[in-house]
Amino acid sequence: MESTLDIFVKAIFTENMIFAYFLGMCSYLAVSKTVKTAVGLGAAVIFVMAVTIPANYVLENYILKEGALVWLNPEYGVNGSQTIDLSFLSFIMFIAVVAAIVQLVEMIVEKFLPTLYGALGIFLPLIAVNCAILGGALFMQDRQYSTLLDATSFGIGSGVGWFIAIVLLAAIREKIKYSKTPAPLRGIGITFIVTGLMGIGFMSFTGIEYGKKKPAAKAADKAKIEVKSDIQTSQLIINKKD
Amino acid sequence: MSTTEEVAKKREPKEPLFSKKNKKLVTEPLGDNNPVTVQILGICSALAITVQIEQAFWMSVSVLFVLIAGNVVISALRNLIPSRIRIIAQLVIAATLVIIVDEVLKAYVPDVSEKLSVFVGLIITNCILMGRFEAFAMANKPWPSALDAVGNGLGYAWVLMVVSFVRELLGSGKLWGANIFGSNLPGEESGLYAMGYMNNNMMILPPMALIVIGIIIWVQRYRNRALIEE
Repeated sequence: MESTLDIFVKAIFTENMIFAYFLGMCSYLAVSKTVKTAVGLGAAVIFVMAVTIPANYVLENYILKEGALVWLNPEYGVNGSQTIDLSFLSFIMFIAVVAAIVQLVEMIVEKFLPTLYGALGIFLPLIAVNCAILGGALFMQDRQYSTLLDATSFGIGSGVGWFIAIVLLAAIREKIKYSKTPAPLRGIGITFIVTGLMGIGFMSFTGIEYGKKKPAAKAADKAKIEVKSDIQTSQLIINKKD
Repeated sequence: MSTTEEVAKKREPKEPLFSKKNKKLVTEPLGDNNPVTVQILGICSALAITVQIEQAFWMSVSVLFVLIAGNVVISALRNLIPSRIRIIAQLVIAATLVIIVDEVLKAYVPDVSEKLSVFVGLIITNCILMGRFEAFAMANKPWPSALDAVGNGLGYAWVLMVVSFVRELLGSGKLWGANIFGSNLPGEESGLYAMGYMNNNMMILPPMALIVIGIIIWVQRYRNRALIEE
């Protein structure tokens, strides 16, 4: 089994929301023009993730999952006479939780940090539709973390990973303004390519061994393993050339 | 006689179903106002599934369906949705449609559904959806909204197809799962592989999708200078 710390480090580096899964790209590209706003949005994302993912974990494990309603009545258990599986409702439930918490964050920021509120403008309510937040909840469901602590560390880790990614990109974009970029690439084009190169950089964390034992392959991760084996072969090829 | 005149008068202000304005709604998002390459929306869930054409195709179809149905429903309800809770209302409509898509994919193409994993669910937070619902469907009648959705959905689809075409062809030498350059099984190479061709495994890595899209943007802005940013 992965330890809580493994999950945290993995979520920041190898399974970074931006570089490995491209989640939350819209606000990532739109708000990364200056470091200051990037830090503000990044902090908001860390907070929202740290709250929504554990909240959705509780929802998933006590209401939605197959047989999760067993605490209500043992008859609803997996081997009971009436197994209830509400997991098809998870999209709608997760997005409702995310939207509610974002509304809360918006109110808090407006009250206590009015300058940041002004700087973030439209992007604060848009965190509700930031794919990284819903994506975090869906990955949490997909990977079936065993405890609430693991889910929380995954949430915070993903938030920190997103924060690091957006601040780094904002720093690069501030510098790139002063360089001679080909005109058609100026602005968003070069940002795409820079993000791609940063992603390749982050891929190099893939080889790090986290725990002693590798976790057994989960059924839901089959597709990823296919890609991963391809990545390994490509690394072997690169190594051979060296 | 008067009745026919009245009917004619009533019909006059109505524009034909495929007027110039309506046609523009479909054609503009395909090129100069493309949601992905110009407005930079909807890249979130798009890039990770462009390793193979098949996945990209099903993703495009799903997004097209959710976009059209959502735009029509929201524009039909636009006078009933209170503006304060419109984002949540839009999200709920989108989530309902995505649940339908997810269940249908699971039932009819289970292997594709497994490969798309969480990315089907992420259609809910696709920025194209929210952008179109918010900017177009809330202010227009159902028919133009449907056309707008078709245009934007197809604009998203062609970018996805081009990216996945490049990545699958160069990355694994296949198109829709079929070998193009011959077989590269060790010991029984044929076609280009027999001549020493090797797949560019870099293309399978997720960051390459970004770079391919960056190049599409480059080409598009080189051809249409009006799009260049200052």
